[in-house]
Amino acid sequence: MNWKFAITGVAALCLFVGAGTLLSPASVAQDAKTDTKTLKPAASFQSIANERERSVALFQEAGKVIQHPRCVNCHPATDRPLQGANMHPHQPPVFRGDGGMGLPGMQCTTCHSADNTPVVGQADTIKSIPGNPAWHLAPIEMAWAGKSLAQICQQIKDPARNGGKTMDEIVEHMAHDELVGWGWNPGAGREPVPGTQAEFGELISAWVKSGAACPAS
Amino acid sequence: MVTFTLNGQERTFDGDPDTPLLWVIRDFEKLTGTKYGCGVAQCGACTVHLDGMPRRSCVTPIATIEGSEVVTIEGVSGTEADAVKTAWTGLDVPQCGYCQSGQIMSAVALLQMIPKPTDADIDGAMAGNICRCATYHRIRAAIHNAASSMEG
Ligand code: FES
Ligand code: FES
Repeated sequence: MNWKFAITGVAALCLFVGAGTLLSPASVAQDAKTDTKTLKPAASFQSIANERERSVALFQEAGKVIQHPRCVNCHPATDRPLQGANMHPHQPPVFRGDGGMGLPGMQCTTCHSADNTPVVGQADTIKSIPGNPAWHLAPIEMAWAGKSLAQICQQIKDPARNGGKTMDEIVEHMAHDELVGWGWNPGAGREPVPGTQAEFGELISAWVKSGAACPAS
Repeated sequence: MVTFTLNGQERTFDGDPDTPLLWVIRDFEKLTGTKYGCGVAQCGACTVHLDGMPRRSCVTPIATIEGSEVVTIEGVSGTEADAVKTAWTGLDVPQCGYCQSGQIMSAVALLQMIPKPTDADIDGAMAGNICRCATYHRIRAAIHNAASSMEG
């Protein structure tokens, strides 16, 4: 691994401290009462007798994944993705472009690979560059940033704003889509979304089976 | 063992598969025109063309480029590269020069994709190439000049 020490032009680092200062440390206030690392199993919601209330509770649990920065950062409300646990605008500045793949000359694949890539550069806040073969932004009609869980819930059920998906296709997407699955494997330096994709898929499936009710707020 | 093409010549690399392409280019191939600025895809100094598209070589593990074509500042050629070279020297774009090979690789790729880019196209393609000397105005003017020189 001696190549790691073969850095030439280390002095150049000081030329680019401006870029480094844009990368503020990750920090979000977490509700101490909410377990943000795990998901309650779908079966545990059977104790809620009222089906509508059960459905809402299932979606609220799934919301711990849906509203996590790992998911929302690529469902931005503008054409610029977000980055990090504090959801700041993506640095360097990149924009949606055709198919959510970036602009000509600055596409996602200029930096992102098919896999998460550990970095060798000296940045306290960047341990790896995230990657996935399908890396791209969600279409603007699927924007989640700045929305309440209730609004996102209605949006997910609306074929005009969910990519024309049936509810069965939503379950399939949430449970098995590879890019969705990246949220549980986000690479060094990033907090994964809670639970597992299988548990998340079961919550969404149980939510749909119980009538896909949405929270009031 | 990774086999790839570097500036038109077949090359192999037999070291750690995680070695960044930038290290291979600079330290093993001794092509030092491509620069190291940040190592974390934040500055653009290490930009090369990978299969015809701009790519940050500092975040490109060598194992991922098996069979690919890599072009660096030393090997970039063609109509767009010639136009960029003339426009760059015409306006004396570089100041310290450190960022410039990355700037030029991004500019050539932009012109290959969009022969007559607007200011917005230039902003979009060049936003990831930081210049500590702030030569941005000359870079923009030189890209427009290069585009004009390629017309007709
Ligand atoms: S050295 Fe690769 S982007 Fe800065
Ligand atoms: S010319 Fe000095 S960093 Fe760009």
